[in-house]
Amino acid sequence: MKRKGKLFRAFGATSVAAVTAMTMAATTTSGAASNGTLAKGAPVTIGISLSLSGDFSADGLAYQQGYKLWAADVNRAGGLLGHPVKLDIVSDASSPTQVVTNYQKLISTDHVNLTFGPFSTLLTLPAAQTVNRYGYAMIEGAGGGPSVFQAGLKNVFDVTLPVAYDLQPFAKWLTSLPASTRPKTISYVTSNDPFTQPVVQEAQKLIGKSVKTVYNNVFPAEATDFTSIADAVAAAKAQVVVLGSVDVPTVSAFMQAFEQAHYTPEAFIATAGPDQGAAFIKAVGAKNADGMMVPNSWYGQSKNPQSMKMVAEYVKQYGGTAAGVNADIAEAYAVGQVMAQAVTATKGFDNSKIIKYLHSGVTLNSVQGSVKFNALGMNTAQTAYTFQWQGSKFVEVNPVGDPGAVKILFPKPAWGN
Amino acid sequence: MNSSALIHAVIDGVLTGSVYALMATGLTLIFGVMDIINVAQGIFVILGAYLSYALSVHWGIDPFVGLAITIPTLFFVGIAVEKAFFGRLKGPEKTAMSILVTYAISLVIEGTLNMVFTVNYVQIQAWYVNKSFRLFGVWFPYIYVFGFIMAAIMLSGLYILLYRTRFGASIRASLADQTAAALVGIDVRRVSTICFGIGIALTAPGGMIFGATNTFNASTSYDLISRLLTIIVLGGMGSLGGALLAGILMVTLEDLVGVIWSPVWSTLSFFLVLVIVLSVRPQGLFGKQSARVA
Repeated sequence: MKRKGKLFRAFGATSVAAVTAMTMAATTTSGAASNGTLAKGAPVTIGISLSLSGDFSADGLAYQQGYKLWAADVNRAGGLLGHPVKLDIVSDASSPTQVVTNYQKLISTDHVNLTFGPFSTLLTLPAAQTVNRYGYAMIEGAGGGPSVFQAGLKNVFDVTLPVAYDLQPFAKWLTSLPASTRPKTISYVTSNDPFTQPVVQEAQKLIGKSVKTVYNNVFPAEATDFTSIADAVAAAKAQVVVLGSVDVPTVSAFMQAFEQAHYTPEAFIATAGPDQGAAFIKAVGAKNADGMMVPNSWYGQSKNPQSMKMVAEYVKQYGGTAAGVNADIAEAYAVGQVMAQAVTATKGFDNSKIIKYLHSGVTLNSVQGSVKFNALGMNTAQTAYTFQWQGSKFVEVNPVGDPGAVKILFPKPAWGN
Repeated sequence: MNSSALIHAVIDGVLTGSVYALMATGLTLIFGVMDIINVAQGIFVILGAYLSYALSVHWGIDPFVGLAITIPTLFFVGIAVEKAFFGRLKGPEKTAMSILVTYAISLVIEGTLNMVFTVNYVQIQAWYVNKSFRLFGVWFPYIYVFGFIMAAIMLSGLYILLYRTRFGASIRASLADQTAAALVGIDVRRVSTICFGIGIALTAPGGMIFGATNTFNASTSYDLISRLLTIIVLGGMGSLGGALLAGILMVTLEDLVGVIWSPVWSTLSFFLVLVIVLSVRPQGLFGKQSARVA
């Protein structure tokens, strides 16, 4: 009996301690999430986890530049509601596990006021789920894969076009070509990444039987040696290749293997990689880039006044040209812009009010164009474009008939010419 | 699936696998002699790639010619690292501690490379990087063929060093039993230092070929090290022949699975074979369990 009593006391004490700890934690975190006011002049801290090393480091660093560029602009203009913006950026090393730890730390230890998203669909989903538990809004620019929206979260808002629609203009252009000039064969090859696979599947659905599929395969996202896969695609000799890629190395490996196999597709579009501006050209060479296509919703030479201002600032600060500005910069900058408009409209930093406001159907603006969220947090106001490298220029080629679109380079020139 | 695709997969596997074997040989040599698991081997490969890249871009030196500079450079970097960090590592915790130390070294090198070269991806360029020739109806990329020939020369040179020289006998004695080697008068400490230098020097040619066949930045090393560790564990920790065979076997198998079945399963097959082999032979294909236990 005595032993049982001790056990009960120990259990009781532990329970009380645990409940107290949980209550304190809940008070602290909900306080951080719902307290929309800050002391006068106190900084508003925004917590961000970025891939500053690992597979997504090139994109992570570009995102960091975009976020910092936005914060500098806001602070120059007097801050958010008079509060200077302070970015609390931590590295997740491109790991879906680390990104969870990072946002938990940012919210429960660092007590950040707001959160911005990490890079990639792969990391955004666990990140959004984590901040959702604390009642935080997560505005992001690189988590456009369907898995993010299918999670049923109410706190996630992607300022960029949902990726599933990325290849619509390309598919429409291809299928609208007269039968006499339309390519007869197509190869689909994609990484099994949650960002790329849905894009390529959607393209397959749209193109359907208009063009005969001669190769269709998926490779693991963790693959590092693409030689045999690329050789198999080359052996299929399709006139069109649709590649589901997340980065420059993947696209570059396929391009190199195709050249070595003396195979040049008439049209070659990759879901990501060629959009990385100067970084892509530096890796593959300008001559090889000629004719390479990529879907996106923004490019460096966009005539959007906000975009032109941002690009000018970026070039002044980091050098290069407008065509060489990575699309990640604009995505990150747009995240900040949308948050700023939400904060201004709700007159504070209350995450629940921000979430409610962003779900209200309001149309906002950004360097990428208009932003309007549906119930799932998808941006329904943007248009998908296809861009192509033509010489050293990165130009819009469709939707066909769009005022900014130039004639598509088709068929693609041979490698190195 | 057709026979030409299979032939292509085997050729790709053998050519690429030989370069991985070269990179892994340095790793297994270091473990065999020093009981050090060098998880920094991946970043040293990338360092080798960046050195070749820098020589090519800034001085116009052909990557193969540049090896005359990069191999000795990395040899001395290896010597310096060994003297700075591993001389004091002793006792039963040495192997475990070596993982932490080499991980720290890899982080420092990664950070330095990111500062110097930025995180933007680069690739080594030369006339033969994207060119190929046709033989018996199959396209052979020059860079892979040159890489294979270079790996064969390097590994043959290493074989001669190990089996035809007095110093090689010292290394093999140290590989078999460090205490016994010391008892017969071999300066095991000196042998260890030079072996570490050789192990790191071997990343120069491996890195050059890797950098010419892949775009890379410092973070690419993470993908490399898991592959290299798998190869040396499969071949048998400390076995040079095992690393060679496992490198070619693993990459060829991966390519064949990709062609016959699906690329989705190719990476899985790489690790599945490792699990199966280790469940039958825990010491790997050519590892000597008794020597390692001792």
